[in-house]
Amino acid sequence: MPSLSFRDDFSVGEISEIEESCREAASSRCSLFVDQASTDDCQGRAKVGQPLNCISLTYFFFLSTFQELDENLVESLTSILGEKRVSLTEPVREQHGRDEGPYEPMPPQMVVFPETTDEVSEVAKACYSFNVPMIPFGTGTGLEGGTLALNGGVCLDLMRMHGIGDVHAEDFFVSVRPGVTRLHLNRFIKDHGLWFPVDPGADASLCGMCATSASGTNAVKYGTMKENVLNLEVVLADGRVLHTAGKDRCTKKSSAGYNLTNLFLGSEGTLGIITEATLKLHAIPETMLSAICSFPSVKSAVETTIQIMSSSIPVARIELLDEEAMKACNAYSKTDYEIAPTLFFEFHGSEASVEAEASLVGDLSEANGGSGFRYAKTPEDRSKLWKARHDMYYAILSTKPGYRAVITDVCVPVSQLETMITETQHDFNVSGLSGPILGHVGDGNFHSFVMFDPEDDSQLKAARELASRMARRALALKGTCTGEHGVGWGKKPYLDEELGGVNVDVMRQIKAALDPKNLMNPGKVF
Amino acid sequence: MALRVLIGCKRVIDYAVRVRVKPDKTGVVTDGVKHSMNPFDEIAVEEAVRMREKKIASEVIAISCGPAQSQETIRTALAMGADKGIHVEIPNADMSVFQPIHVAKILAAVAKKEKIDLIIVGKQAIDDDANQTAQMTAALLDWPQATFASKIEKAGDDLAVTREIDGGLEDVKVKIPAVISADLRLNEPRYATLPNIMKAKKKPVQKLSPKDLGVDISSRIKVISVEDPPTRQAGIKVDDVDSLVAKLKEKALI
Repeated sequence: MPSLSFRDDFSVGEISEIEESCREAASSRCSLFVDQASTDDCQGRAKVGQPLNCISLTYFFFLSTFQELDENLVESLTSILGEKRVSLTEPVREQHGRDEGPYEPMPPQMVVFPETTDEVSEVAKACYSFNVPMIPFGTGTGLEGGTLALNGGVCLDLMRMHGIGDVHAEDFFVSVRPGVTRLHLNRFIKDHGLWFPVDPGADASLCGMCATSASGTNAVKYGTMKENVLNLEVVLADGRVLHTAGKDRCTKKSSAGYNLTNLFLGSEGTLGIITEATLKLHAIPETMLSAICSFPSVKSAVETTIQIMSSSIPVARIELLDEEAMKACNAYSKTDYEIAPTLFFEFHGSEASVEAEASLVGDLSEANGGSGFRYAKTPEDRSKLWKARHDMYYAILSTKPGYRAVITDVCVPVSQLETMITETQHDFNVSGLSGPILGHVGDGNFHSFVMFDPEDDSQLKAARELASRMARRALALKGTCTGEHGVGWGKKPYLDEELGGVNVDVMRQIKAALDPKNLMNPGKVF
Repeated sequence: MALRVLIGCKRVIDYAVRVRVKPDKTGVVTDGVKHSMNPFDEIAVEEAVRMREKKIASEVIAISCGPAQSQETIRTALAMGADKGIHVEIPNADMSVFQPIHVAKILAAVAKKEKIDLIIVGKQAIDDDANQTAQMTAALLDWPQATFASKIEKAGDDLAVTREIDGGLEDVKVKIPAVISADLRLNEPRYATLPNIMKAKKKPVQKLSPKDLGVDISSRIKVISVEDPPTRQAGIKVDDVDSLVAKLKEKALI
């Protein structure tokens, strides 16, 4: 009976053997988790009984709490952090084995709460010597199962590291520890007239946002984390502390050495633990103006978007919501928007530039059949407008209480957006599932929340298959299966197809160099 | 009939800071701790600036009573759009016994001196939660007051104010001059932008002492000790309802 085993090449025969043993063990501590991204390509092989090793069919096997952590490691970690900052209790572990995505929690074997980089380094050294996996944890607001402890191990909850360094207003940067969230930082620096514009919706840990290379509604003007992080402090698997751009350095540009900062951005905890991030700050715009416009069809909304991007109008936010989304929005946020594909805009700049941009966008919208172009200028009105958009996830879930959602996150070239969305809507109709489409159309990125009844396995299966078809469709249109949520665990099946064999091999080589024992968040990304 | 508006801004420990008691129990740790403008005062500043943009107000003066660092709070108000500032310097050592009654006397004196038509302050400060300054200032000046304002509008020569009260909302009309205290839903304050922060550096800030205003700020209270609230005791689990009832009786709770 394998324990804490993770492979992606089980044969059908092996699976039934394991299922049988589980039933025999009759143990509630044994959970066989089978995730089937798509059975289409592999049906044939399954019948023949060959070992399955194709991307589209992946089986995971997880045995929860089957093995206790080595006592000596527990003792070692307790002596490093003290009894109050380690936990073996089930509720704490379960809370740290989940995120906001649709996956069942997979708890780590222990949770620790370090408060300094030194402590993180000591914890890493201890886990390294005992060959135990390590999983960094921030706000747990991820969506792709990045914090699920597939192989157990020790979860490092970094939220007690809540320092913010000096705000270097003239140089436009500040350093933050993992415990600092996006909203907290923005409130802290607002009196300097500065803000950090990457806005993924959730009030996430900024270092967590580095780990997943987060993006958000403002990316179309300000970029993603990849464009806004100057330096990272990372604790490697063996406890060494790395400063990706050199200790305390933060110039706007440098040609010194490899770009290690961007290597770790988006590495999702698989290469090291981020313990500090130096962020590039921006001036709070003099004027912010939000606007909204309804369209007769998704096609006209997307056409308008393409024309706006082609005119190089520096729109700060451009978000599309389809009819389903608008319905949910009205119901949940008590708004009275028209039920039609809608574009939400925001413009940043001086009074004059903002008015000019809005006017131009208004004209383009109307030329494409758009109507009801409305502005919001005061902070209250703008907040109201955007809250409706930000609360979309909860709004959707509340249309079918008890349901959960598979969240998709595809990104295609803007020119392919209309094809992508229309085919997806058709897919929804055919499959009988419901879900809104909304997204950052300026980047060609959009999300859908495919709702399913958690009690109904067939719905979950259908939802997953729809999500899988979406990802494949995006790849076929030269896009990516994950624009901003990261690969985590949920998007692994597509990585080979998207990046290609050589790419994944190079990643494996880098991973082997930095984490030869595969202890850093094993089972994620690839 | 454009009004001259005076805004009270207090420098307080930032709401997000984890406040810690000093080991000698004489107060809380303030050294090196982030301070910012009392959030309700930010709302007051925003309202006054909007009134000036609508030409209901002609000048907005921001006043703060506190140590030297209170000047930063005044600069924030200026960056948000106030026209000039007044800093009434109170030595740091006296801050623990500097009370709303003193602030009220200072505001009343400044209001007379600067021919103020409207005083707006936040409804309470987040450090002492006193909720006294607006009311006392109005009494000292014998001006009408409208506290917990969630809406302020011009109504002829008066101001129509909607107040947030326990039962809901109350509409009152106050004659000018008046004192208003700002509540949470009055508005959402703007951010100070870099160009405005730079401009604010050039706006005048007058320095005054309580003596200049003829106000006596000698303390009327004495701080005996400042302590943490008692740590929460762990609960106990009982096995059945009878034990629960017995325990409740034992603790004289029933």
